[in-house]
Amino acid sequence: MDGVTTPAPKATAVSPGPGAAFIFKKALISALVALVLFSLMIGVRTEAGPSGQLIYWTRFGDLAAMVATVFGGSIVVELLRQWWGPVGTVRIVPQPVQTALATAGRWIAPVLLVFTFLVPVIFYNERYILDLGILVLTYVMLGWGLNVVVGLAGLLDLGYVAFYAVGAYSYALLATNFGLSFWVCLPLAGILAAFWGVLLGFPVLRLRGDYLAIVTLAFGEIIRLVIINWQSLTGGPNGVTGIPRPSLFGIPLTPGEDGLAAKLGIEFSPTHRIVFLFYLILALALLTNWVTIRLRRLPIGRAWEALREDEVACRALGINTTTTKLTAFATGAMFGGFAGAFFATRQGFISPESFTFQESALVLAIVVLGGMGSQLGVALAALTMIGGFELFRGLDQYRMLVFGLAMVLLMIWRPRGLIGHRAPTVFLHHSQAISSDLVKEGHG
Amino acid sequence: MDYFAQQLINGIVLGSIYGLIAIGYTMVYGIVGMINFAHGDIFMIGGFIALISFLILVSFGLTVVPVILLIVLLVSMAITALYGWTVERIAYRPLRHSFRLAPMLSAIGMSFVLTNYSQVAQGARVKPVPPIITGGYTLHEGAGGFVVQLSNIQIIVVVTTVVLLALFTWLVARTRLGRDMRACEQDQTMAALLGVDVDRTISMTFVIGAALAAVAGMMYLLYYGLVDFFMGFVAGIKAFTAAVLGGIGSLPGAMLGGLAIGLIETLWSAYFSVEYKDVAAFSILIVVLIFMPTGLLGRPEVEKV
Repeated sequence: MDGVTTPAPKATAVSPGPGAAFIFKKALISALVALVLFSLMIGVRTEAGPSGQLIYWTRFGDLAAMVATVFGGSIVVELLRQWWGPVGTVRIVPQPVQTALATAGRWIAPVLLVFTFLVPVIFYNERYILDLGILVLTYVMLGWGLNVVVGLAGLLDLGYVAFYAVGAYSYALLATNFGLSFWVCLPLAGILAAFWGVLLGFPVLRLRGDYLAIVTLAFGEIIRLVIINWQSLTGGPNGVTGIPRPSLFGIPLTPGEDGLAAKLGIEFSPTHRIVFLFYLILALALLTNWVTIRLRRLPIGRAWEALREDEVACRALGINTTTTKLTAFATGAMFGGFAGAFFATRQGFISPESFTFQESALVLAIVVLGGMGSQLGVALAALTMIGGFELFRGLDQYRMLVFGLAMVLLMIWRPRGLIGHRAPTVFLHHSQAISSDLVKEGHG
Repeated sequence: MDYFAQQLINGIVLGSIYGLIAIGYTMVYGIVGMINFAHGDIFMIGGFIALISFLILVSFGLTVVPVILLIVLLVSMAITALYGWTVERIAYRPLRHSFRLAPMLSAIGMSFVLTNYSQVAQGARVKPVPPIITGGYTLHEGAGGFVVQLSNIQIIVVVTTVVLLALFTWLVARTRLGRDMRACEQDQTMAALLGVDVDRTISMTFVIGAALAAVAGMMYLLYYGLVDFFMGFVAGIKAFTAAVLGGIGSLPGAMLGGLAIGLIETLWSAYFSVEYKDVAAFSILIVVLIFMPTGLLGRPEVEKV
């Protein structure tokens, strides 16, 4: 990460690019900028002393190390750039690889699906991998749900986690207060979340683009703040505990007499429940995918895509943009609600901490990275992001720093997402992959 | 009535701080047409730099308060402005011609980077400072013994805001840079053809916005006596709410929106429950947008086909 990055002149065979003096000067400027930026924030550390008074001490060693890193990094980046040429989409994922991926795309999806089905069989004894698989699938489902709103209808939703929260709390409260089972609550959670989606949809109808973004963000915050403060209902910051585990159509997965293991006559193992949860979220995610794919072929799905491409043209063609937007919001919200109910039953405990803006940003990043509208892309992006996020778990407080940097860098290198093309829903004579560079979206 | 007057004063002071941050949002939105998501964190960084430079100055034995404040103000504005410039260079310039969601996501990423950077660099705990400016005036002594007070720090916050706002309005209306900014706001391509350095103008927009956010950060530090690494997020959304409420892209709108949000928040806390003050601010945003989709002072949006 170099401080100053002026777009370097294109390095071709004819012009060998600027010389050593230029590189050195650029690195020097970067180092100087870094010195000023880090001078107080890194060079000086403040802490509340024993008497409550703030004390500070200096860390000039760290400061020097940071500045040196920026200086060296700038030289390396500049050399790489001269040697490699300007960084474009073709450079990061070369064109042949992209076309190969596109053709393999038809095969990747089934192979990935079969592999996912086999994960509990292969990794039966590896609890960590199963848990990670459940986590990834939860985000795949959330990504596919948000994809309906952002990817298909082109409405920028920064508060998606609100519906996730509504689903989770609906199940948690219904189950702990009224003793309703998971299978009764699941559709209820979806319906309630969809209801909230419609409620949010109403003010949104007249708004465009960034206004929509801020309203959804505000809505997400409102839901979270209400959950925190409505202590008598939601337990406030302490959350809801003792949420019942799901049963296999009434048969609990417990070691007792009437547990599934006893009925089947096999030995009880806590892994059964994990495997069951794995297949449950897989089924929910596949349901989301299936419904999305089916809806895309229906008039409503076509209307969503038309809305994404051009709202004015859409209205001119007589499409009711009001209902189109509302259905997109409600559908996306419903899947968020399902995922929320699953989250609550998996955790057995929920608190407002799980429903922060950070989660919304994570899901949005998955959708955009996946290539907006590409179902396979979203799944791959969820795998990459959540997997990558797990890799850095040991880094603790540096984790979000790395995540933020990765987001910035990925956007610079692949602004169109990992899978930057998608097949159109409607085509004449023969289908042709459309480069997403030709498609505009997210205009709300 | 006295109680109300006191809350009015408090609300205006808080609103001034929000207004200063909101100007940064409004300017960037006006010119680049996107939400600068990292702006709230720039405000937080400004607060931190003010805190650290203040500590250093005091430990050097400087005791003249106005001199300290002036130096802290200048240092904080300068370094934070450089942060704004760097953020633009890293996260926005490479994506200027990309599709609309890309810069927004890189901005969100940048916001995460800045939040966690200051957590890593300065620790997660709240940093308190003892009150630097004390004293004030008693405006009115009510019958019930309730005293309406105007503290010196409140006067400083409001006066600083008004001075900066005047300076800034002059900058946009009268200087070469301001003219370039307005030209870029109208049409970047046309402005570039007519000899306006668009890159430089956009950079300067971020720099000025960050400098104003730094002032807001310092005022926040003086007024509340604390900073922490997470304060940028909430202040950021509130200021953005203020910008939208006032009509995004409009400078007086940003200030008006800031005042409105500050007053709503303070009055709500005074008469209803403190816990729901943010809920009230955001709900009012939604309600206003339903009836006035372009904000209080916003120009009606023209649909381009």
